[in-house]
Amino acid sequence: MSINYSEKIPNNVDLANNKTLQRALEHWQPHFLDWWRDMGPEDSTQFDVYLRTALRLDPKGWAHFDYVKMPDYRWGIFLNAAEPDRKIPFGVHQGEPAWQEIPGEYRSNLRRLIVTQGDTEPASVEQQRHLGLTCPSLYDLRNLFQVNVEEGRHLWAMVYLLHAYFGRDGREEGEALLARRSGDADNPRILGAFNEKTPDWLSFFMFTFFTDRDGKFQLSALAESAFDPLARSCRFMLTEEAHHMFVGETGVGRTIQRTCEVMQQHKMSDPADARKFGVIDLPTLQRYLNFHYSVTLDLFGADVSSNAATFFATGLKGRFEETKIGDDHQLNDAEYPVIQVGNGQLVTNHVSALNAINERLRDDYIKDTVAGVGRWNKIIEKHGIPFELKLPHKAFNRRIGPLSELRVNPDGQVITEAEWTQRHTEWLPSREDMEYVRSLMGRVIEPGKFANWIAAPARGINNQPVNFEYVRFN
Amino acid sequence: MQAPATSTPAPTRDLITYDTHPEKYRHWRLAFDGPVATLTMDVNEDMGLKPGYKLKLNSYDLGVDIELYDALQRIRFEHPEVKSVVVTSAKDRIFCSGANIFMLGLSTHAWKVNFCKFTNETRNGIEDSSRHSGLKFIAALNGTTAGGGYELALACDELILIDDRSSAVSLPEVPLLGVLPGTGGLTRVTDKRKVRRDHADIFCTLIEGVRADRAREWKLVDHTAKPQQFADFVKQRAAALAAGSDRPAGARGIALTPLKRVIDAAGYHYELVDVALNPAGRSARITVSAPKTAQPDSIDGIVAAGTAWWPLQMARELDDAILMLRTNNLDIGTWILKTAGNADAVLAADATLARYKEHWFVRETLGMLRRTLARLDVTSRTLFALIERGSCFAGTLFELALAADRSYMLMLPDDAGGTPKIALSEMNFGAYPTVNRQTRLETRFCGEAEPVSRIRAALGKKLAGEEAAALGLVTAAPDDLDWDDEIRIALEERASLSPDALTGMEANLRFPVAETMETRVFGRLSAWQNWIFIRPNAVGEHGALKVFGSGTKAKFNWERV
Repeated sequence: MSINYSEKIPNNVDLANNKTLQRALEHWQPHFLDWWRDMGPEDSTQFDVYLRTALRLDPKGWAHFDYVKMPDYRWGIFLNAAEPDRKIPFGVHQGEPAWQEIPGEYRSNLRRLIVTQGDTEPASVEQQRHLGLTCPSLYDLRNLFQVNVEEGRHLWAMVYLLHAYFGRDGREEGEALLARRSGDADNPRILGAFNEKTPDWLSFFMFTFFTDRDGKFQLSALAESAFDPLARSCRFMLTEEAHHMFVGETGVGRTIQRTCEVMQQHKMSDPADARKFGVIDLPTLQRYLNFHYSVTLDLFGADVSSNAATFFATGLKGRFEETKIGDDHQLNDAEYPVIQVGNGQLVTNHVSALNAINERLRDDYIKDTVAGVGRWNKIIEKHGIPFELKLPHKAFNRRIGPLSELRVNPDGQVITEAEWTQRHTEWLPSREDMEYVRSLMGRVIEPGKFANWIAAPARGINNQPVNFEYVRFN
Repeated sequence: MQAPATSTPAPTRDLITYDTHPEKYRHWRLAFDGPVATLTMDVNEDMGLKPGYKLKLNSYDLGVDIELYDALQRIRFEHPEVKSVVVTSAKDRIFCSGANIFMLGLSTHAWKVNFCKFTNETRNGIEDSSRHSGLKFIAALNGTTAGGGYELALACDELILIDDRSSAVSLPEVPLLGVLPGTGGLTRVTDKRKVRRDHADIFCTLIEGVRADRAREWKLVDHTAKPQQFADFVKQRAAALAAGSDRPAGARGIALTPLKRVIDAAGYHYELVDVALNPAGRSARITVSAPKTAQPDSIDGIVAAGTAWWPLQMARELDDAILMLRTNNLDIGTWILKTAGNADAVLAADATLARYKEHWFVRETLGMLRRTLARLDVTSRTLFALIERGSCFAGTLFELALAADRSYMLMLPDDAGGTPKIALSEMNFGAYPTVNRQTRLETRFCGEAEPVSRIRAALGKKLAGEEAAALGLVTAAPDDLDWDDEIRIALEERASLSPDALTGMEANLRFPVAETMETRVFGRLSAWQNWIFIRPNAVGEHGALKVFGSGTKAKFNWERV
């Protein structure tokens, strides 16, 4: 086989000399391309897209910009540079050298973690595949495609680990990652949120802000792993994940800005009136926020979890910024507060910190999210509009775990089923909301032009002007 | 990852070996009179294998049973003229009082279990020789026959109890010690002797046991004889049983010379078998070699080769290696089974075995192979076979792969000539039944005939990994790119699992579907016994086994579990 691996597949894992990996990829790569054609962005294979490709680890090589047809995108395999003599930072193996191979003892748990993470990557591409048809601008279309190819690269990163370290089992799991389909009742993606639809661009921005931020926290926790190749792989992925969150934060921010401009211009007192002018009213934005936030909170898993405790104790998955935490990194006697259900009410219980690892990561995520929502509120404030977007209570609209037994309003009060039935459309997008948002989604592809409901960005990509031709349709 | 500190003993310290010779016996006497051998138990109470107990009343410990095993081997191989064996005692009014209770009380759980395993295998071996080799056994119960003593008798073909108004047979374990008769007693009473279960229930809860008339009436013994007639009657029955045997008169025996074995820190090294210990990985690599020299293909040549004949030498060395590892290396939880050498030489040896299987020496050698492989089947260690370059998993040696819990076979897709191959011989289809009386192939496919007949069609072919895997003969056939990681991970993963749970799981999966008396002994009686052995009612401070002989009454937790 005479493939020039470093040309075709940029990498820093010595692919050219790794026969095991070459063999696995020779088989997998055509299947990946088939998957991309079937499930990647619709009708996009001929487009020339101004994309960033990671060619090398260094700052210049990391962000190489050029026009590329997406099926020809050079999905690469990159691990952050090895930290010399890295020691395991937590759990029972704390202080021992980080693992360069997977210990047989933890094979199945590690595989499960990698497969679960890997499954989310193609899932979001599948969820977003129709969005190109309703893009609000070339700039946004290009960002969508950038997010999509990088989710594809993240899939590669996880498949690399499966291929390089898990033998035949790993190859089978790699195939299975291409075989599952988001939202397919018979063959769904592993996590619930990744089987939801992304029907419109507001959902896409919300998703990239909220759900890709879950990705950030999961990757950060895995970036602490005792299994060094996983840790290094996740660290590199985090740099890309940051861009996805940027797309989400600025996308929602520009939507807010456009709405505020219209409200200011027309001196509106009732935010709901904004719809008359073809923009997305702030209460609808709040309901979308409520939905995406609460669905994403479920992704962190059970509040009290023996699996999470095992993953932590055995060194497979740490906490957010584990090495910066000033405790013993063992947590054998530590406790952590968790909101639980007691006598039909929300109560805070102190449980074993080991079992509350998921909850702690969820709380770290919430803190990060609060900061982002604060930046959105700054935009509203700047326009002098007395409206504040709020994150709903942690227990609101939870569908997984013990909190799903209760109906809780966004303020955190337990309410009756009857009240929920009556009022949930105040808090979550109604069919009418979604139909309204969808009605705004027209395709805008003239360079420098933007749909009415969204403001132009402050600047373009890679110092290009905003009216740059980010996508050529050919 | 740090392997836990290992308790594998240094090779020189306290190592138990199974080496002995009639001249060294301390507890048995072996006498020959034409076609009848007499095996007389005369336990030296001061010569226990370990300190701390006296072997009173012809009670036994592992040392006594090692001699019994050796004596049986001598009769099989060195005395082909022997057709029946009388097992009796030199003590007055006592045949045997079973396993020594004080020894059991002092022993670790692991020691007790390993001891019981070996004694069970020896008794199964007695029955195996009766079934396959025309060697018949008479238990001449010249006095009290209690517990393990009665269980030894139960392994014999005929039981003759002296009717002196006081000698009884008994299984007093339950009422006296709060444990079970652990060497097949409960099972053989029903399955072999066909004692009705209510009679067995009474018998097994009666400390004093059952004397002559009722013992015969309940089928616990075959015959009874008054003291004056006892010796003659035994002689008469021994002659009668000998008359039905096809063991040859006038054949010359094969002396069982001591094994050439070197023990060092790396393991146990024999001429055809090598055991390499890996304490950090808690595993041992057992490599069995094909014949290294030309093997005889005539009966004269075989007899002349004697213990140097490859099938016998290999079986004896493997048998010893299994016993050494089981007794001395408790934490070596995974045995990696390998073979090395020329597969054609193994197949040629198989052909010779098949051609001369009616000859007494070949028959005994086949018996030795059969019992050794059966020992592997019931070994409480993980068995993984690795079929690699230079291996010879063919015919008889393929039984090792079939005995394994998993087998991995290397494939070399770019080297058709060098890719490892396996082969079957006629010996895989009936010569070596496991204790469930099925072949390992039948056992592997849970008694289903179709896969076995497909495999039979491949008889005589050399099978590479793909074909072997397609026929279900191996677990997996990774290629050279995958091999190292696949094997490393499988072994590491295995070594991380609970040894107790693995023992239980393996024992369950190794013997699917078919049950026999032997599988019941190992799978039901032993399993229950092992549970009882660790319960406070037996071994707690006030447990029955613990307080036995102290004058203190056992205190039980009355909850039924």
